[in-house]
Amino acid sequence: MTAVSAGITERLTALVQALRSHGIRIGTGETVDAGAAVEALGLADRERLREGLASALLHSEGQRPVFDPVFDLYFPRGVGAPEVLGGSGKDIDRDDLRDRLAAALAANDQALLVQLAAEAVDGMGGYGTRPGAGGEGGGSGGSDGWSSHQTLSRLRPETLLARVLAGIRQGTAEGDFTDRLTADEIRRRIETFRDAVRDEARRRVAERRGAEVIARRAVAPTADRVDFLIAGRAQLDELRRTVQPLARKLATRLAARRRRAARGRIDLRRTLRGSLSTGGIPMRPVLRRRRPARPELVLLCDVSGSVAGFANFTMLLVQALHDQFSKVRVFAFVNRVDEVTDLIARGTADPEGLGSRIISGAAVTGYHGSSDYGSSLGEFAERYAEAVTARSTVFVLGDARTNMSDPNVPALRTIASRARKVYWLNPERRAQWQTGDSAASTYAEYVEMHECRNARQLSALIGRLLPV
Amino acid sequence: MLFTSVDDVATRLAETGYLASTAVATTVFLADRLGKPLLVEGPAGVGKTELAKAVAEVADARLVRLQCYEGVDESRALYEWNHAKQLLRITAGRDESWDETRTDIFSEEFLLPRPLLTAIRGSEPKVLLIDETDKADVEVEGLLLEVLSDFQVTVPELGTITATRRPFTVLTSNASRELSEALRRRCLFLHIGFPDEELERRIVRLKVPGLDEALARSVVRVVGALRAMDLRKVPSVAETIDWARTLLALGADCLDEDVVRSSLGVVLKHQDDVLKAAAKLDLDAV
Repeated sequence: MTAVSAGITERLTALVQALRSHGIRIGTGETVDAGAAVEALGLADRERLREGLASALLHSEGQRPVFDPVFDLYFPRGVGAPEVLGGSGKDIDRDDLRDRLAAALAANDQALLVQLAAEAVDGMGGYGTRPGAGGEGGGSGGSDGWSSHQTLSRLRPETLLARVLAGIRQGTAEGDFTDRLTADEIRRRIETFRDAVRDEARRRVAERRGAEVIARRAVAPTADRVDFLIAGRAQLDELRRTVQPLARKLATRLAARRRRAARGRIDLRRTLRGSLSTGGIPMRPVLRRRRPARPELVLLCDVSGSVAGFANFTMLLVQALHDQFSKVRVFAFVNRVDEVTDLIARGTADPEGLGSRIISGAAVTGYHGSSDYGSSLGEFAERYAEAVTARSTVFVLGDARTNMSDPNVPALRTIASRARKVYWLNPERRAQWQTGDSAASTYAEYVEMHECRNARQLSALIGRLLPV
Repeated sequence: MLFTSVDDVATRLAETGYLASTAVATTVFLADRLGKPLLVEGPAGVGKTELAKAVAEVADARLVRLQCYEGVDESRALYEWNHAKQLLRITAGRDESWDETRTDIFSEEFLLPRPLLTAIRGSEPKVLLIDETDKADVEVEGLLLEVLSDFQVTVPELGTITATRRPFTVLTSNASRELSEALRRRCLFLHIGFPDEELERRIVRLKVPGLDEALARSVVRVVGALRAMDLRKVPSVAETIDWARTLLALGADCLDEDVVRSSLGVVLKHQDDVLKAAAKLDLDAV
């Protein structure tokens, strides 16, 4: 190892540690490869270094959203304020910056956009006692920092859309067909700029607080570890993409278990009958062929607003599992129950609006819009009792927040007594089950309740619980 | 070593008509330098297989290709004994002893090398392409593990054959099945996504010579907009090129509503997608 790589080794292992803490499994072998990659590539080109390390350390594209920000923290673009300004602390001219930003957006100049993001954070994002003024770096008080939110709300890049658009239209004059795409393109560029501002603010904060802390706290987790309840729109899209391989994985695993389960115990009668030709010596044991169990699945999903992310996601999974089971029936409820099996089967072409279509197409609400587990369970036990048989496994999906109404435990017990097994998947963390209007712990006394907050937990649970 | 630097990779690939992004050039260079297989994932039609072909052309190496499919097995991937020839040999040599025959019929002459063995034997440079690895069964992955970690193959009758010169290895996958963690660990990972606007325009201009610069720009922009929509099958680079060729054949000199409407089927492969895109792009009823 050369002198240059001495400091790099520590930085590399720190990077690997940070990635591991986000659940990315990296072995020592990969770290060694990454070291070799750094040596082969050198440190001159940051983007190449990024791609090289990613190729050595990562194993799937889904890990990239975690890797990139962590990489930015450990191999930052620069240190301190952007050089154009000659050190921070100077007041920045907002209108001038907006002008330059509009020009950069129109030209789609990526490098300039990144630089402007740095300037913007430096000029408008600082709060508390001016941090790092003069550039002595890290010596001043602890309550200050850099905020991307503050920068963006002062700069308001989204209001530039009309201006940029007008500028571009003026240049081309002709009524080209592709003109109608321009607005969307500008919007995407503005979004890129906003991301650049966030990255920059994170980098500046990391400089003051140490990369480890920021890497642990401020980097978004991979999609399969995002809580269902707090997942934003973009994350739900991401989650949706993780569902497909998940369903496939489950399908292969279930098939394997079914194959293995096909071999049963010895069938004594047929073994003895077969042994007649060998003079009563049972040469060839005959195995009892097990009748293939045809598991039936009944899902009871809370689709009220509070658990919408969870419900949407589960519905997608149900859709994917649909052909794996002889019979899947899905019921949705808020405070009334309705069967939505058909909606889900038909909804495969457009999973996007499934949640809203269930709300609009099925009678899941009565006089009010808040969820009521007691009356929903009661109605289910009354109206759809025939759906639950000794062969069916019931999954209840919901947070068990009853809005202070009667939890109606007897209804749940009726369902449990008819079904082969009832599992309750709760998207809230276990510690919150006893709080407020949650009836989770009451229900948990009668049925098996599992915490199921993200795709990772869900896939583990489904794999373990599903009857085969 | 096939390449001297990352820039070297980029320029030499470009000479063969493969325009590489930073990620592609860097990982190809590393795979060559570290002597590790390269696992390439990404949507269909972004040039995963093309990459292996381009590297083979650049390195003036022989391309050995193993196309994976459901049911591909050891005898298809590794080697087989030529049974017919062995039988002939046995009948031809009636008067010699069994021992002689036995040592003879399990020699090189009766061995039919399949892609993996071919790639390992011999000393000339080779590029091994294991295409659509995810289509193969899990057992084949186990086979690949041995081959890819040590670049050696064991034939019981002949002993272990180790590569004197490691082939540059590319595995491709569409992620239709999760590859095992063990296999991933042995490889460098590269995800080829859709290229950015500028790169795609250069690709289109390179692949469809004679296409007007302005039209190429419009085509790439519309395809970019289509990719941002939530479609069942978003168009990839192969479709962009197809579309550009179609437009050239149609003699269109700019993209207007009629042209797009009549040729949207070239880029989109589902009727739902065509309808959705038409609505989003504000085309009149298709």
